[in-house]
Parts: sequence; structure tokens; C-alpha cells
Amino acid sequence: MYRINRKTKLYQDMYSMWIEAPEIAKTVQPGQFIILMTREEGERVPLTVADYDRDRGLIHIVFQVVGKTTDELACFKEGDYLYSFTGPLGRKSEIEYFGTTVVVGGGTGIACIHPIARNLKAVGNKVIAIIGARSKELVIMEKELRLVSDELIVTTDDGSYGRKGFVTEALKEKLDSDTAIKKVWTIGPPIMMKVTTELTKSYPVDTIVSLNTIMVDGTGMCGSCRVSIGGETKFVCTDGPEFDGQLVDWDEFMHRIYRYKEEENKSWQSFKEKKGCRCKEN
Amino acid sequence: MAEMIEMKERMKREPVPMREQLPSERIHNFKEVPLGYTREEAIYEAQRCLQCKNPTCMKGCPAEINIPTFIRYIVEEDFKKAYLTILKTDALPAVTGRVCPQEEQCQKECVLNKRGKPIAIGRLERFIADWARENGVHGIKDSVNKKQTKVAIVGSGPAGLACAADLAKMGYQVTLFEALHKPGGVLVYGIPEFRLPKTIVEYEVGQIEQTGVKVICDQVIGATRSIEDLKNEFDAIFLCNGAGAPRFMDIPGENMNDVYSANEFLTRSNLMKAYLFPEYDTPIKIRKRAATIGAGNVAMDSARTALRLGAEKSYIVYRRSRAEVPARAEEVHHAEEEGIIFHFLTLPVRILGDNEGRVTGMECIKMELGEPDESGRRSPIPIENSNFILEVDMIIDAIGTMANPIVARSARGVEVNKWGYFKVDERTRMTTCEGIFAGGDIVRGSATVISAVGDGKKAARFIDAYLSSGKSLKKQ
Ligand SMILES: Cc1cc2nc3c(=O)[nH]c(=O)nc-3n(C[C@H](O)[C@H](O)[C@H](O)COP(=O)(O)OP(=O)(O)OC[C@H]3O[C@@H](n4cnc5c(N)ncnc54)[C@H](O)[C@@H]3O)c2cc1C
Ligand SMILES: Cc1cc2nc3c(=O)[nH]c(=O)nc-3n(C[C@H](O)[C@H](O)[C@H](O)COP(=O)(O)OP(=O)(O)OC[C@H]3O[C@@H](n4cnc5c(N)ncnc54)[C@H](O)[C@@H]3O)c2cc1C
Ligand code: SF4
Ligand code: SF4
Ligand code: FES
Repeated sequence: MYRINRKTKLYQDMYSMWIEAPEIAKTVQPGQFIILMTREEGERVPLTVADYDRDRGLIHIVFQVVGKTTDELACFKEGDYLYSFTGPLGRKSEIEYFGTTVVVGGGTGIACIHPIARNLKAVGNKVIAIIGARSKELVIMEKELRLVSDELIVTTDDGSYGRKGFVTEALKEKLDSDTAIKKVWTIGPPIMMKVTTELTKSYPVDTIVSLNTIMVDGTGMCGSCRVSIGGETKFVCTDGPEFDGQLVDWDEFMHRIYRYKEEENKSWQSFKEKKGCRCKEN
Repeated sequence: MAEMIEMKERMKREPVPMREQLPSERIHNFKEVPLGYTREEAIYEAQRCLQCKNPTCMKGCPAEINIPTFIRYIVEEDFKKAYLTILKTDALPAVTGRVCPQEEQCQKECVLNKRGKPIAIGRLERFIADWARENGVHGIKDSVNKKQTKVAIVGSGPAGLACAADLAKMGYQVTLFEALHKPGGVLVYGIPEFRLPKTIVEYEVGQIEQTGVKVICDQVIGATRSIEDLKNEFDAIFLCNGAGAPRFMDIPGENMNDVYSANEFLTRSNLMKAYLFPEYDTPIKIRKRAATIGAGNVAMDSARTALRLGAEKSYIVYRRSRAEVPARAEEVHHAEEEGIIFHFLTLPVRILGDNEGRVTGMECIKMELGEPDESGRRSPIPIENSNFILEVDMIIDAIGTMANPIVARSARGVEVNKWGYFKVDERTRMTTCEGIFAGGDIVRGSATVISAVGDGKKAARFIDAYLSSGKSLKKQ
């Protein structure tokens, strides 16, 4: 059992939790993820490690309520216990000195790029961070990212904060004006990663994406997470989750992540009907 | 007490069949198919045993069960003694009694097999294990002479459980590390409920825990802890993490939405209990016509599971002929009774789909059998221009597994062969690193529950020998 040490609501439907998992905190690296279960009857859900505190043995996760499990997780309080919490899974981000780098984050992906930015910076890279959200209240971790980047650009779809528009527009300008950029990390909703990859294709940069396929075990046992990378089948949980975005078969990936849409809706619907509590207010 | 019967009568008596759920009923539920012997049936069958002076049956049992003795106790109606006799060497009798391929093991060696009427040893074993569980009869708890020496076991499948049980009996402090959230390995995630009810596995694992074995789940060795970490803390290590990585056919269309590996399909259904969705949260997608590729036990389990989950048609597609089918005869028979349709000498070459990434059919080619290959089986050869489309909308790849490299990558000094399986000394089960032993599927490739149990037991014996000679990983 794994205790929830701290819980914060970042904004409506997005939460941050620090979980007591000292063994994982000891060895985890940026780019890796964990798999958790709320209850014995629950699903195994993968979430990126958004940060960690090795001394206090804590793992930070940031999640968005998109279905039953994340909805239920949002109902958990500080001091509650999770049934299962496994990790660190997947390969770590390949962080070394590249020169100038850009990290692009959207949604919960903003939290995920934070440790990557910090580590890129620590080995001497110039780090430009671009984060995007629909509107002002949805911008998270701005302060933390500012601390670990040389430049931070915030974009909102409605222009209520930072620049108006999408992250890709800001990225395009950067790529056009700064030819020293060698490497781009982009983590966020699938469509954002896909579009970013399409944009960077015509620039001399490598683009790393973090794929959020549907998983079961997370250890290479089932193949649920498989994707085609450069025409070869790879397992996201053991070969990834980070891949060269230019090699990803995005159509196949998008089909596969929505393959249980009907069932997921059904499951969430019945959960909402039963829930009827105001647990998310705390 | 029941009577020993005359020799003549023993030879004359026919084996007692086991009652089963009717096929028409059982395809709509996940309840166990064979119903087990009643007390009377068990005694009647046990009376047939000749109580051989030189019981050849025992040679066929890697779990080293004293078969004539436990059968004699059944005749004497001393079921408790029968249970304790089995438990002395086999910590998982309700499991082995059900899924051990008895016809290839003990029953093959039984003298009565010459007349085609071997004693139903597995069924008797199952009867006793079920009786003990239902009547709350236990073996010996926590060993008395606790040693200070600690052994780590990586993986809680049958190999790990058997090894742990034996070492605990010898007084060692045993910790079992399991990557998933439940112990049992293939017994919980692979073999379906209708062949091996999960409450039974849980019970027998619980009994092993009672003997002092510590089970820690959610521990991916090679990720959560490394082998180096374990070396610092434990005196010896047994690696038995199973073969567990799925193999795919490598044909076009295999990453489409309705294509599962058997591992994924069965894990969703068994471990995650998707057959109880939405009571349990994990979904599984069933379409009208399912094709399972392969004809081993895993394929039979997948095809039969698909049927129970609501597929209207469930096919087995196999590139060789009926004679080469590797699954147990009993499983094939059950599958046929349930209406599984077999396509022999058929090889899938391409999966067809629509714009949404959903399967709409599978192109296959007909095969014929040529000369025997290295495995001794006649190898299938494609017949030119025999391509045809099998109308299916979901596919389950059950063509085998290969070594998962997570543990091996973290185990410095432990050599693997070209397929990624650990190399071990045939006799001692020691790997190329002193103090680290290995067994089960991660050494043999996909094998059987009973061979995994046998490996676990052998390893326990040589781990004891290693530690008793004063050696330890910590001293290296
Ligand atoms: C390596 C990895 C890292 C991830 N990191 C984060 C993160 O840091 N924060 C975050 O909010 N989300 C993250 N996700 C996605 C997260 O796992 C899903 O949002 C979650 O599983 C949804 O569960 P649910 O029951 O609430 O919703 P569901 O009802 O199960 O699904 C709703 C939506 O989520 C997608 N989804 C469903 N199951 C999964 C699954 N097992 N894996 C991925 N997507 C799924 C579906 O396509 C669907 O669109 C990550 C996924 C992966 C694979
Ligand atoms: C569907 C199916 C049906 C079968 N039917 C039969 C049958 O009827 N009769 C029969 O005799 N055999 C059958 N078999 C084969 C039999 O189940 C296996 O040969 C046997 O389970 C192997 O045992 P094992 O202990 O070596 O490994 P497994 O049972 O595979 O157990 C290995 C365990 O190690 C864990 N693990 C893996 N990696 C790690 C890690 N890095 N850290 C920690 N833990 C890890 C796994 O999660 C798993 O729990 C079947 C197999 C399948 C898949
Ligand atoms: S464990 Fe298997 S081989 Fe041994 S007696 Fe039981 S059924 Fe026979
Ligand atoms: S060989 Fe057969 S008949 Fe003889 S003791 Fe064993 S089970 Fe009984
Ligand atoms: S999640 Fe099962 S293999 Fe990746």
C-alpha cells in the first residue's frame, strides 16, 4: 500500500499528488513512468513521474481526469492508500549536452517536461521552454519551469495569458530565429505531439515525443502498448516511452489509444452515477 | 475404512471418469469445466492402484510425490494423511492436480498405462487438495529452526513458489519478489478461471506464505531493485521470471486494434478480470468472429475464452496438421466440444482492416507437410496460389513467447543463450554467476507448470547445499 503524502488541485480536473514510494524514488530518472491501481478491481494506469524527492522517498504525479480511474483517483485524499504502485518503468530520457534545446509541454505534459528541462540545464544545455494551455487558469508549473529554463514562453489558445495561439506557432518562430537548436522534446496530448513533429520535420532538429499508449503490465509482457516506429514494432513500456517523433506511425498510434472508447465511456458513466459525492472539492 | 480389493478386480475395473459441466452450459460461464471426484469416486479409483513395490509412476513426477502412499491413504479414507503426504513435496497440489500434463508425466509411467488404463493420479491429487481446502486442513506452519540466511526469489510463478516452499521448510528466510500486483505468475494471469479458479491459486499461495515466505508484489527486478541490490541483501538468488514476452507473426496489419497477443488477451481476462467488466475496470473488446493463431495450451485457452466472452465464432488457425497439435489432448477435446472450429494447415499472411484500424479479415495460405525438421515434426510448406480470406474481425496471436530481458539486463555475470534464456548447470541449476540459480520458463523457454515446479525444487536443494557449505553472495 502506498500512502498519498500530498494532494493539490492544480485547477479543475487536474491534480498533483506526491506518493510515498521510497524504492522508486531512489532510482527513478526523468522520462520514466509508474503504473498505479486505486483498488484491487481497478485498472492499471500509467502516469509519468513528474518529479521525485529522493531524500523523502516521494514520487510526484500530475494527472488529468479523463475517465473512471483518474476520476476516482481525484477522490482520494491525503493519507489515503493506493492499492498498487509500480516503477520506475520505461527508459530514461537520453539527456546529454546538445547545445540549445527546446522543451514543449501541453496539459499534464507540462509537468512531465519539468524534470527533463532541469536535467538538460544541469548538464549545460541552453533550455527554452514552451508551454501551452487553453486559457490562463490552466497554465501550470510556470514558476518551477522558469527556474530551470533560460527562456519560458507561455501560450494560451484564447490569449488570456502569454501569447495567443498554439505552442507550435511559438516553436516555429524559435526554430526560424535560432538555428542553434538541436533537440526538441514535446510531451502532451497526442495531437499536439503529432502536429509538433510535423512542424519540426523540415528543420534540422531531433524531436523526442513521449507516447501514452494503453498499457496493462508495463514490463514488456503483453504487447498492449505496441506501436510502429520506423516500420518496426516497439513496446512503449520497455523500448520507450520516448521515441524519435519522426519515426512514429501516428495514425496507428491514434487508433490504438482510442480502441476502448466505448467501454471507457460506459465505465465512467456508471462510476459517475454511483459516486454522487463531492469528494473532488477537497 | 474402504477395502483393499482383490488384484483381479483391480485389473478389471475401468478408470472413473470425471464429471464435467455440459458444453452448452459452460460456454456461457467462467466456472470450472471438470467438476472433481466425489468421495466415493475417489475411493473407487484409488482402489485400482496396484501399490507397486517399484512404483514407476513416481519417476514421472518432478514434484516427487509419493504416489502409492497417498493413494493408499485415500483407500483407507485417511484424507488428512493423504494430504500431508502430497504436501511433503508439492506445495501446490490443487494446481498441479488440475493443470499438470499427467498423461505425459506420472500417468505415462504408471504400469497400468500398458493396458491403457493408468490410475487417474492427477484427479486423485486434486480431490485430496480440494478436500483439505474445503475442510480447513493445513500442513505445518512456519518452520521452527529459523536460519539467518536469506534467499531472494525473482518471480512468483510455479517455479518460484515451489522453490520458496522448500527453502522455507529448510528454515531459510525467503523473500519472493513479484512484478505484478498479485503472485502466481501464469497461474493467475494466463491460465483461465474455467481451468484453474483463482481463489484456489490464492489459497495455495497463502498456505506457502503461512510457512514464513514473504511475498512482495509491485517489484520489477531490474527496475525497482537491481540484481546488485539483491546481492547486497541476500545470500543466494533464484531467478524464475518466466518467459513472458509475446511473439508476433510479423505480418502486415498486426498492430491493428482488434489484434491481441494471447498474453494481453488472457491477462486482461484473468488477472484484471475483464470478464467481469464493468464490475472490474479493465475492458476487453470482443467481436463476432475471433481467430486464434497457434494450437498450444495457450491457444486453446484463448479461443475458449473468446467464446465465453461472447464471440459467435471462435477459430483456431494452425499451420501444421492435427497430428502436430501441441496442446494437451484433453484441452483440444474440450475445445472441440465447445464448438471451436479448427483450420489446420493454414498460415496467416496478412491482416486486412478498415480506415479506423479495425480488423475486417485475414488472408491465409494453405499448407502441406514436407520433411521432418530439427524438432522432428514435419515442416509445413505453403501451397502456391492457395490464398484465401478468412472472415474474422478479431485475432489473437498465440504463437509463443520469448525471454523478457529486464532481469537479465540487470544481472551482471549471469550469461544467457542466444535466445536470452539463462544458462544453467543441468544438475545444480546454478547460473554462470555463483550463488545465482535459475529455473522455469526463463531457462527452458515455454514449458510446463510441473517442469517449473521441478526446477524450483532442484534449485532449493542446491541453494541449500551452496549455503550449507558456508558460501554466500555477500561474501563474494
Ligand atoms: C507512459 C505514459 C505516461 C502517462 N503519463 C500521464 C500523466 O503524467 N498524466 C496524465 O494525466 N496521464 C498520463 N498518461 C495517460 C493516462 O494513463 C490515462 O489518462 C489514464 O490511463 C486514463 O485512465 P481513466 O480510467 O481515467 O480513463 P479511461 O476511461 O481509461 O480513458 C480515457 C482516455 O485515456 C486514454 N487511456 C485509457 N487508458 C489508457 C492507458 N492505460 N494509458 C494511456 N492512455 C489511456 C484513452 O485513450 C482515453 O482517451 C500516461 C500514459 C502513458 C502510457
Ligand atoms: C495460457 C497458458 C496456459 C498454460 N497451460 C498450461 C497447462 O495446462 N499445463 C502446464 O503444465 N503448463 C501450462 N502452461 C505453461 C506454464 O504455465 C508455464 O510453463 C509455467 O507457468 C512457468 O512457470 P515459471 O515459474 O517459470 O514462470 P511464470 O509462471 O511465467 O512466472 C514468472 C513470474 O515472474 C514475474 N516476473 C517477470 N519479470 C519479473 C521481474 N523483472 N521482477 C519480478 N518478477 C518478475 C512474472 O510477473 C510472473 O509472475 C500454460 C501457459 C500459459 C501462458
Ligand atoms: S504433480 Fe503432476 S506428475 Fe506429479 S503426481 Fe501430480 S499430476 Fe502426476
Ligand atoms: S505405477 Fe500405477 S499402479 Fe503402480 S503404484 Fe503407481 S499409480 Fe499405482
Ligand atoms: S504494457 Fe504490456 S507490454 Fe507494454
